[in-house]
Amino acid sequence: MVRDERRAALIPYLTAGYPTPARAVEALRMVAAAGADLVEVGLPFSDPLADGVTIQRSTQAALDQGVTAARALELVDQAALDIPVVIMTYVNPVLAYGVERFLSDAHAAGASGLLLTDFPAGADPDLEERVAASPLALIRLIAPTTQPERLARAVRGASGFIYLISRLGVTGARDEAPPDLSKHVAAIRAATRLPIAVGFGIGTAAQARATARVADGVVVGSALVEALGGGGLSEAERLVRALAAAVREERR
Amino acid sequence: MTDDRMTAPGRFGRYGGRYVPETLMAALEQLEAVYAAAQADPAFWAELDGLLRDYVGRPTPLTEVPRLSAAVGPGVRVVLKREDLNHTGAHKINNTLGQGLLARRMGKRRIIAETGAGQHGVATATVCARFGLDCVVYMGEEDMRRQRLNVYRMELMGARVVPVASGTKTLKDATNEALRDWVTNVTDTHYIIGSVVGPDPFPRIVRDFQAVIGREARAQVLERYGRLPKSVVACVGGGSNAMGIFTAFLDDRSVELVGVEAAGEGVETGRHAASLGRGRPGVFHGSLSYLLQDADGQVQPAHSVSAGLDYPGVGPEHAFLKDSGRVLYQAITDREALEAFGELSRLEGILPALESAHAVAWVRTRRERWSEGDIVLINLSGRGDKDVAMVAELSGATP
Repeated sequence: MVRDERRAALIPYLTAGYPTPARAVEALRMVAAAGADLVEVGLPFSDPLADGVTIQRSTQAALDQGVTAARALELVDQAALDIPVVIMTYVNPVLAYGVERFLSDAHAAGASGLLLTDFPAGADPDLEERVAASPLALIRLIAPTTQPERLARAVRGASGFIYLISRLGVTGARDEAPPDLSKHVAAIRAATRLPIAVGFGIGTAAQARATARVADGVVVGSALVEALGGGGLSEAERLVRALAAAVREERR
Repeated sequence: MTDDRMTAPGRFGRYGGRYVPETLMAALEQLEAVYAAAQADPAFWAELDGLLRDYVGRPTPLTEVPRLSAAVGPGVRVVLKREDLNHTGAHKINNTLGQGLLARRMGKRRIIAETGAGQHGVATATVCARFGLDCVVYMGEEDMRRQRLNVYRMELMGARVVPVASGTKTLKDATNEALRDWVTNVTDTHYIIGSVVGPDPFPRIVRDFQAVIGREARAQVLERYGRLPKSVVACVGGGSNAMGIFTAFLDDRSVELVGVEAAGEGVETGRHAASLGRGRPGVFHGSLSYLLQDADGQVQPAHSVSAGLDYPGVGPEHAFLKDSGRVLYQAITDREALEAFGELSRLEGILPALESAHAVAWVRTRRERWSEGDIVLINLSGRGDKDVAMVAELSGATP
């Protein structure tokens, strides 16, 4: 993904407005400075059914501090990052904001991609077309359960990169390595030329290194949110630096 | 069998759809295929019908209630479809038996479910015991407090009841937690959703399994009175008992169909569960439908004295039927429902579930709508035994 360095990209996830709106802006700048290649910013939704407890708590804390979609986009704008930003959220906050207006405001705030957790390929062709017509890339999730015949449909219309969910379940750091990762990556490579990022359950430098061996990008979410919530910016920065070093060790 | 009310795959008008994490798509496609095969298989329906007859006790009776009728108006006949007399005490088992058979066809040995009042949890635990399946039921902590007896009933039948402490600790959060379990264990687990909600194909599968209510009731009314009812009234939370009784009457244009939502403390107070009356379209729990939400698209907590109606969403087919005008959606407050609960108990010796009491309350507060000879059919979706402690607490009695 970072082609000139022949290595996988590091993609941290941060919740907009967590732990506080001001701290979230600092955290965004920190990850960009500490070696992130792209950052995913989560817009809070009241019913995050694909998220585990860590991210649930962070988005609820952001909501409790009044972080609406509009406020979240302001925070992204304020951070003024020089790395690409992907907005990650659920369908309903985007519908409520107004699809066209959301797409253009997110772009104006500096976002270059959109990832909707509850928006599988084919779910809503109309919404799909509107995102495709916008300047934002439509990032698609592929799961370990995605069947071969569905894979071709699921990657059609995707842009930016493919996000491979490394295992069944909700977001959250796990100890064990994802099963069959290289098999899933190979199947996706046969269906698309887009780069493949892998996420869900990756939280340590060792896991990041192992993932970077087969994938083009490594997403780290819950572990970073946990570090930020528990140990503040300095602990979060230590983690990002360790992850950044890990992906740089695996040249291809 | 095609679904002539579906305008696009998985859609009722613009409503419905499959807004779920990609991880679940394979399971929804499998469920759709297995259900299509079952629909076309007479052996499937023969087995289900046999269980409904010999295990559940169907057909359920149609009971005319003369004293309540007299209170509504001279010559008006109020009749109850007695889903409260089903095994487990509510309509929920019509659906859990059907889905239990589908799970068996898919070779899935582990069942999960969400429950609000506990009726769907009990009906799921029952079917799992009967079929020898593992059963995990997610239930909000607040609802576990309100419905202790049902928690114990589920445990007696071998189910594990998992308390849900996130969000509002009610049905909406139990559903989130069940969906999270399903995303994690989808390969060996079937999620028996309890209402006509969730991603396609659940709303139509649950409707089809509940449609037995209306088929029986329509035939029973015609046989007894020789004419169709003037009105058919059912309570609506997610809306499964209402879809169950409405479906048979949708093409009878002379029959007024009324869905009664929970107005809680009053729709003007903001503490209610009237998704159709006061919500606007949004995506929640896998489908597009009316939803209680704020301007930012965050789901608003619902409120109702009845745990089974305490849900901010509603089935997508109801959204379609509201927009089309075929069904009239109204709302009844906690107080009105409690009064109807007492009145049906005193006048007829029937304790309705607080959910069903909303439908009864709408009829007794709208008596000017009917005149002599009119038949008013109410779906009495469940019995009130589970609510007795709650009603006693609210009325200050100490049972």
